[in-house]
Amino acid sequence: MTILEKTEPSDLPAAQANPRGAKARTGSWRIVLVLLVAVLVCGILSLMIGNVGITPTKTLQVLFSPDTSQASAIIHNLRLPRTVLLLLVGLALGFSGALMQGQSRNPLADPGLLGVSEGASLAVVLAIFWLHISSPVAYGWFALLGAGLTAWLVFTISAVRGGASPLTLVLAGAAVSALASAIITSIITSNVSTLDQYRFWVVGSASGRGMDVFWQVLPFIGIGIVLTAICTPAINLLQLGDDAARALGVRPGLHKFLGVSAVMLLTGGAVAACGPIGFLGLVAPHVARFCCGPDYRWVVPYSGLIGAIVLTLADILGRVMAGGAEVQVGIVMALVGGPAFVILVRRARLIQL
Amino acid sequence: MSVTTERLRPAVRVGPTSWRLHPRAVLCSVVAAVLVAVLLVVDLAYGDLKIPFVDVVRALLGDSSGVNAFIVRDVRLPEAAVALLAGLALGLSGALIQTIARNPLASPDVIGVNAGAAAGAVGYIVLFAAADTGAPSGISADLAIPAAAFAGALIATALLYAAGWRRGLDGRRLVLVGIGIAAALTACTSWLLVAARLQTAASAQVWLSGSLNGVTSSNALWLLGVFVIVAPVALWQGSSLNIVELGDDTAHALGVRPGRAQAVALLCAVLLAAVAVSAVGPIGFVAFVCPQIARRLAGTSRPPLLTSALAGAGLVLVADVITRLWLTGLAVGVVTSLVGAPYFIYLLIRTQKDPS
Repeated sequence: MTILEKTEPSDLPAAQANPRGAKARTGSWRIVLVLLVAVLVCGILSLMIGNVGITPTKTLQVLFSPDTSQASAIIHNLRLPRTVLLLLVGLALGFSGALMQGQSRNPLADPGLLGVSEGASLAVVLAIFWLHISSPVAYGWFALLGAGLTAWLVFTISAVRGGASPLTLVLAGAAVSALASAIITSIITSNVSTLDQYRFWVVGSASGRGMDVFWQVLPFIGIGIVLTAICTPAINLLQLGDDAARALGVRPGLHKFLGVSAVMLLTGGAVAACGPIGFLGLVAPHVARFCCGPDYRWVVPYSGLIGAIVLTLADILGRVMAGGAEVQVGIVMALVGGPAFVILVRRARLIQL
Repeated sequence: MSVTTERLRPAVRVGPTSWRLHPRAVLCSVVAAVLVAVLLVVDLAYGDLKIPFVDVVRALLGDSSGVNAFIVRDVRLPEAAVALLAGLALGLSGALIQTIARNPLASPDVIGVNAGAAAGAVGYIVLFAAADTGAPSGISADLAIPAAAFAGALIATALLYAAGWRRGLDGRRLVLVGIGIAAALTACTSWLLVAARLQTAASAQVWLSGSLNGVTSSNALWLLGVFVIVAPVALWQGSSLNIVELGDDTAHALGVRPGRAQAVALLCAVLLAAVAVSAVGPIGFVAFVCPQIARRLAGTSRPPLLTSALAGAGLVLVADVITRLWLTGLAVGVVTSLVGAPYFIYLLIRTQKDPS
């Protein structure tokens, strides 16, 4: 298992002792502050940029004192809901990715691996197929239901005989995901009208979501964030293995349950709001480790903030890159984020986890 | 977690080489091989017209007289051969990649092979879709889609190695680079699916679900050619990988260059997956699950290469039989998940250690 660490400028091979690299890279409150400012800037940029550009002063002016101008209507009705939603979803995916990798001790673990994304997708497909539902809020409820049921199923399978081992949890999640995805495929290949609605939902998009979607998922993601804050400090100890963690005063079973619940709430809420946006939850923790080293007390907050920044930037890019037409945020993020991640991996030194 | 001292196992020595025998793993691969042979015969025997097993075996052994032999050899053999070879290739590929990455979640799916093939095939379907039907038609499409898929997979592989090269190759770095490439290529496919007309998107979705319908003997021969060349190299590199697992320094001391051994093994794995996926569509689940099933059945610490390949072949053949006999509307790729996932979950539950 490997993780990424930023290389020193001198860039000596890992085998050689590097006196400057001997000091372990760690996080700092200053960087967290910088990231918070970056989140704010991205949010304001997201209000300004689009088919109709609005100047920064005008944006801030109408943001706090709405008037009857067109700019005010655009910001308050269209751009503000999707911006706050994307910030929330990015935060949730970043947190849940870091938690998932910490809980499963696997750097390839994705928050969707718990089966949450595929389970939510399956519930949405069934809702489209049987009940002919087609509104984002209704999709949201079905997605939350599906996410909860699959996460419960995966946790039960992996804990049939006592404590859930991280590996079994992830493997069970992957198997259940594959099963759900197979059922989805068999439905959408046989029913073209379901495919037509589903293909737009599944790529992940924030367009057309109003404040109602935001308020719908906020409680779930909020509780998820609280649980994240509770179980983050113990993740470092859980990396040492269950026995060592228990000896150091952590209750592994309880923390795993809390962690899995947090991942389920965060990812389920995110999927319900914007559809299954992959890749972000997997990559945000790696980028965070690149900045702050392997200490999970820093990785989790860094990862959440980076997730919010990246997702908002991807959405802005999706609005401008194809002229008038809009490219869905999930597509933009993987399209631009994939190569960016490759460059990051090339520059980074791999260290053993 | 319990630590047990391993019993001494008999070692086999032939000239300068020696290796240990793992009786349960050997038994497991023998049983798997027999099972795959039986499944192949069953797959060839059942269909619109049931043919006696004796005739199937006789036809396979070279008897080409009679109508039954014609059906077996000319009608059903290409499809069964593609199922067999694609399963073998995917199982072996998954086992290699999981060994290199030292991670049971890795598979050719994760590092971008399937995504490359999918982008190639869907790109071809969308760009050259016939204007009136919305789906590509004609004989050329039957061969062109696999070719486009294979080209896509090769481009993904080239990108993987070009981007992963940094003063040599490190198998683990390659896996992380592959994740980035896979994400970008998957996004291309999704974009094509969203931008395309509905009929085109539907026909692309059929290919994406993985199907054995319409495979021809040329598909089978192409698959066989690549498999015969690459698989021995892969199996041979597998032994070096075991040494690499001991750590880079130990591997150097034992005369194995860890970076190169991993890079060659990964190239074999990627080629096997690319050729299999281009023939049957991106059925990623086989490559992920079969090494894990094989590992649990054989009781080894790493995925056993041969047994993984045989498990892959078994799974795809079972899926082919099921789609032909009962679930005619479903694609083989879907059925491999529907059959493989529950069995794997059952194995996961069975092999869980009791908490101690």
